[in-house]
Formats: sequence, structure tokens, C-alpha cells
Amino acid sequence: MNLLEIQQRMLTAVMQPLTAHERMQPRSRDGKSMHEVAAEFIKPNDRLSSFERLEIYNRQYWFRVLASLDEDFPGLRAIIGQGRFEALCKAYLVDCPSQSFSLRNLGSGLETWLRSHPEHIQPRATLALDMVRLEWAEIEAFDGASEPVLLPGDALASDPDPHFRLQPYLQLISLRYPVDDLLVAIRKDTPDGGMASNAVSEHRKQTRVRKVARQKPQAVFLVVHRVDHSVYFKRIEQEAFKFLHALREGQSLSSAVVLAFQGRDIPETVLLSRVQNWFESWSSLGWFCQPSTANQEFISSSGNQS
Amino acid sequence: MPANPFNGFTDFGVGIGLRVPHYQHILSEKPVVSWFEIISENYMIDGGRPLHVLDQILERYQVVQHGVSMYFGSPEPSNREHLKRLKALIKRTKTPWLTDHLCWGSVDGTYSHDLLPMPYTFEAARHTAQKIREVRDFLEIPVAVENVSSYAEFHVSEMTEWQFLTEVVELADCGILLDVNNIYVSSRNHSFDPLDYVNSVPTERVAQIHIAGHSKFEKYILDTHDHPVIDPVWKLYQRAIERAGRTATLLEWDDNIPSFEEFITRR
Repeated sequence: MNLLEIQQRMLTAVMQPLTAHERMQPRSRDGKSMHEVAAEFIKPNDRLSSFERLEIYNRQYWFRVLASLDEDFPGLRAIIGQGRFEALCKAYLVDCPSQSFSLRNLGSGLETWLRSHPEHIQPRATLALDMVRLEWAEIEAFDGASEPVLLPGDALASDPDPHFRLQPYLQLISLRYPVDDLLVAIRKDTPDGGMASNAVSEHRKQTRVRKVARQKPQAVFLVVHRVDHSVYFKRIEQEAFKFLHALREGQSLSSAVVLAFQGRDIPETVLLSRVQNWFESWSSLGWFCQPSTANQEFISSSGNQS
Repeated sequence: MPANPFNGFTDFGVGIGLRVPHYQHILSEKPVVSWFEIISENYMIDGGRPLHVLDQILERYQVVQHGVSMYFGSPEPSNREHLKRLKALIKRTKTPWLTDHLCWGSVDGTYSHDLLPMPYTFEAARHTAQKIREVRDFLEIPVAVENVSSYAEFHVSEMTEWQFLTEVVELADCGILLDVNNIYVSSRNHSFDPLDYVNSVPTERVAQIHIAGHSKFEKYILDTHDHPVIDPVWKLYQRAIERAGRTATLLEWDDNIPSFEEFITRR
């Protein structure tokens, strides 16, 4: 058996799901005895069989990846419950094993996978999907890139129809449930690693269940952003959301305004006042960044043409 | 002895692993620490708090990068995106040398996120050494490989672990991050004398040493980095220092992390 064959066999065994009692499966997916599979390439010793030695790695793998998803998606866990969450994570990891050197990216495909496996989140699929999107947006906002903030004197001011760039870390998500409030409430209920009695844990669990059960649909337009390197949620109006979305898509200021207020009969003075207020608020939060060199060239060349 | 080509001819003393629970204390109290070891992957990101904290640490302290996912022994070529991010971080930290594990952990781009043991064969040694050379040439920095704790041995192995380590580092012409706790853990799991291992290591290639605690189970020992270092591991460390000379050393602690003050007293 050469190096590649050993590694392929071992990785397949290590990534095979554990039994309900968190032991290695007695048989491989193609029905072979795992005792025989392990014995083909792993030596036993005087205390452990080949199977038991391989099982150590099998268990370590699952404990590690499940702990990672558990840490990243506490909101989803609260919505569907611990047991279903574990089953969901196992099924997801079988279909979508990590393709990244970093565990940080382990949940990157979860939303897409859940859309094709809604049975794991029924009957609250919409709520659960909103939560997954929010929790992934939080991860992206936490360590996304930031660029120098746009200052009043920067080049854009002289452009009649500038293109504003948003900070790369900003995440814009439209939600059908107020899962931002729910996630904050769940976090408040979650003990921060300290000891808690069974009674306290049970009370917290019941509180979470009640909060989830109370959730009613409500359109929420959310920006997940950072202040002093901490992640925050900021709700904005629908028009503001459309406006920011258009800017992120590369639209000019005037095009973004048109897209944001499409179909709305609003006097121009009111409209301009609203846009001005948005800019004041968002600029103070550092959401706009300085134009890149390439963008600046584009802006100047469009300016020359006009 | 401590300053050698594999640790960038530095002469570092005892370092500490930079861990999130200690951020606040380090930034506010600015304790005297010779150097910090960081897990590279925690900072191979685009922005945010981890890099902000790292930049503050770098203003005051020397940092050495330690990786957990290069997988020199994996069959596929090194991930280019990984290498680019790692090189960018090296530029930021100016780490004098870089370490990662002598292990594998992925096949065809699927990652286990574990440090899986190598079969000790000449084929594996040649393959691993070639990848170490390629990584070192791309990163343009001295590289040292760490011996891992293991819980399994392979029928195909043609040599002992310490012979394999020596074979790889000599073929790759790279350094060694000698983890004496890992030697102890593997010696108990595979029934060999850990002193044979320590006495066989080519000491002129030892760039750095790790010491750590572990967890004992009925039939095996697990490398958990969540307990104090036990006496037999200190004795191995003493022997390693006798042979290699005073060498940059790090006490690893990754779980049940004590307060910074407690950590310092245990160092």
C-alpha cells in the first residue's frame, strides 16, 4: 500500500460518522468490516486493536468539527434544538466536508446546503435560514477586510455623480424574521462557559424555546458592521437598504437613489434630506472607504466624458 | 548552539503562546515576555480584531509563527491561497522562522483539521521533504517541522519515528521544532523509550522546543495541552537542552487556559 492509498483509506475512515454512542461504525459505507479495514493498514499494540487506534482519530475528527459548528451557529441550534442541530451538522459535514485550511470556513456552505435539505429545519425553515444567514454574516463581518475611511475632503467630493465604495466587511442582509433580536436574546441566555446548575440550564432552555416560539414574521433590513472591531447589527429602512445594495453593486450615487426610491412618490426635497441623513449616519460609522486607484481612474474618466 | 540557520540565527529564550483569553492582560499590563508564538491560521484573515490585536502585540514583542494546517505529508501540492496568505502574514510579523507539523491532514483538498501520523517510509520521507523545500522556497524563510503525538502506527513503516524525522529534515535541509511532550505521549502509546528519541535527534537542526501537558486515559495518552507539564516530560526537556543547548522554548496551553499570571508562574 503506497502513501496515497493509506491516506485515502484513513481519511475516509476518519470522516465516517460515529455511531449514536460516539464510537466508530462497525462497518464502512460499502459494508466492509471496519475491524478488517483498520487492520489492513494500522498495527495493533498490546492495549489497543487496529480498530481502536483508528477510532481515536475518528472521534477526534467529529468532536472537533461539530464543536466548531456548535460555536458558530448557536442561533440555529436554539431554533431547531440540540438533537436536530447535531443531526443536521453531521449530515452537512458528510455532504460538505471542509475544503479550507481554516475551520473558520466550515459553515460557509451551510445556507446553500440547507436550501436543498429543508427537512432538517422544518417547520421553521424560513426562520432557521434567516438565522444561518445572520450568523454567517457575523463571521464575515468579524474578520473581513477594512479599508481607509472616506473623509470629507477625499476625491469623490468633486465628482458630480460619484461611486461610493462600502467597507468590504459590511454585510447587507434582508430578513423575514427579526432574528437579530433573537440572536442577541439567545446569547444573553447562554452561560459563558461558567458552571450552571441543572435547574438554571433548564430554565434557560425553556426561555430560549419560548423566545423562538414567539417569533413572528417581520421584514428586517440589516447591516452587520463593526465599531472598534466589535460586530454590531444595525437595522435600516428598506429604501436605505436598496440604496446601499446598489452602491455595493457599483452603481453611481444618482443611480442608487433612483433604485432605492423606485415606485415611491416622494418629494425631491424630502428624498434628498433622507439621503443626506443616511450619509451623515453611515459616514460617522466609517462605512464608506476611499476610492481604489482603479476606481478613481474610472471616476475621473467618466467625469471627463461628462 | 541555539542560534542556527533554522531559527534565523536568533537567540530567543522562553516564549508564550498568544491566546485570546490573555489579550486584555497583555495589552493593558504589557508583561515582560521574551516572545509570543501565534497560530498562523488565526491571523490569516483579511481584517478585524485578531489582526488589530496582533499589530499591537507586534509593536512591543517578537512573534514567531506556528502553523497547524500546512500538512507537509499530504499528497496534494500545497494550497496556493494558503501560501499567499501565510506569506502576507510573515511580512506582517517578521517572524524569524516558521514552524508546522510533520504530518498530513488532507487528501485532494478535503481537510480533516487534524494532525494525522505519517507512515515512516522512505517514499513518505521523500515526498514530505520535497513539499517542505517548496514551501520554504516560496515563503523565503527558515522552516522547522514539529514531531506530532500519535495514536496509530502503520504496517508499512520502514523505520522508527526519530529515524523518519531525521530522514525528512536532512532531505529537506530544514529545522526541527522538537516537542518533548509529543515524544513522551507517542512513547507511551507505542511503547518505546523516549530517551532513545531525544538522544537520536540531530540537535544541530533544533530551532525550537515545545513542552506541554497531556491527558491520560486507560489505554492511551492524548495530547490535549490542557494540563501542567509532568515530571517525566520536564526530564526529557532537560535532556534535550543538554544536547541542543539553550533553545527557544514554548509552553503550550490550548484548553482550560489559566490566567496569564498563573501561566507565567507555571512557565
